Amino acid sequence: MLLIECPYCGPRPELEFAYGGQAHIARPADPSKASDQEWLEFLYLRDNTRGLFAERWRHARGCGRFFNAIRDTTTDHFVVTYKAGEARPAPTAGGAR
Amino acid sequence: MSDPKRQPPRIESRAWLAPLPAATRFIFRGGAAAAQAASRAFGVELPATACRANVAGARAALWLGPDEQLLIAPEGDATAARAALAAALESIPHSIVDISHRQVAFEVKGPDAEWLLQAGCPLDLDASQFPVGMCTRTVYLKAEITLWRTGADTFRLEIWRSFAEYVVGMLEESALELTA
Ligand SMILES: [Zn+2]
Repeated sequence: MLLIECPYCGPRPELEFAYGGQAHIARPADPSKASDQEWLEFLYLRDNTRGLFAERWRHARGCGRFFNAIRDTTTDHFVVTYKAGEARPAPTAGGAR
Repeated sequence: MSDPKRQPPRIESRAWLAPLPAATRFIFRGGAAAAQAASRAFGVELPATACRANVAGARAALWLGPDEQLLIAPEGDATAARAALAAALESIPHSIVDISHRQVAFEVKGPDAEWLLQAGCPLDLDASQFPVGMCTRTVYLKAEITLWRTGADTFRLEIWRSFAEYVVGMLEESALELTA
């Protein structure tokens, strides 16, 4: 079973987690001023990265917290996980396995 | 009270299974200052360490998340505990939800306890990875449970009441293997 490192609980089995989509997508700072195009991009448009991808995960059947992870989409290897609100760590060379 | 669906699920005790009495349960949410005040008012130090439980007398506090704790007390303590917490936390932002009747508790115990739980729980329950005093929300097959190792051979399960029959049923199913 794939283990995912929860930043709060440590390594835990994959099936306790729920996927939360691409990370670091900021809501428009002043929503009333956002154009239709900006709303469209915020709501619907996501990257489809091949390789290292920053995404949100939730330890839904554990501590319940959202956190962020860098995962290699070609190998499913989790390079690093970090708490929501923290900056995205620099991509590591030895990430992909 | 004639509707059987309104009755708590009946859990028969077995060599490896013991239903636990009804309890007072609160879900506490709050920051460090609130946790400190709640610790004093409740009489149990709310654990700051992830996935650990603290016990004092008949009361316990279980770490569920970085700002979330499950507080357990005897059923008769409900009014006093609620009043003490409310008074101590009056001026500190927090949330306390009474979930006494949301879940039921039972013990899985004996030399086969770890094996029985391991049949449906994906965590490594070996004492080196899941020592006495450790607790966490996790799953037993398809049901969410809160699992707490209270002794070397004893686990307390806190389960949403409508899931209890399913979990006990699947434990019984696993226990059939022990008799074969
Ligand atoms: Zn967690």
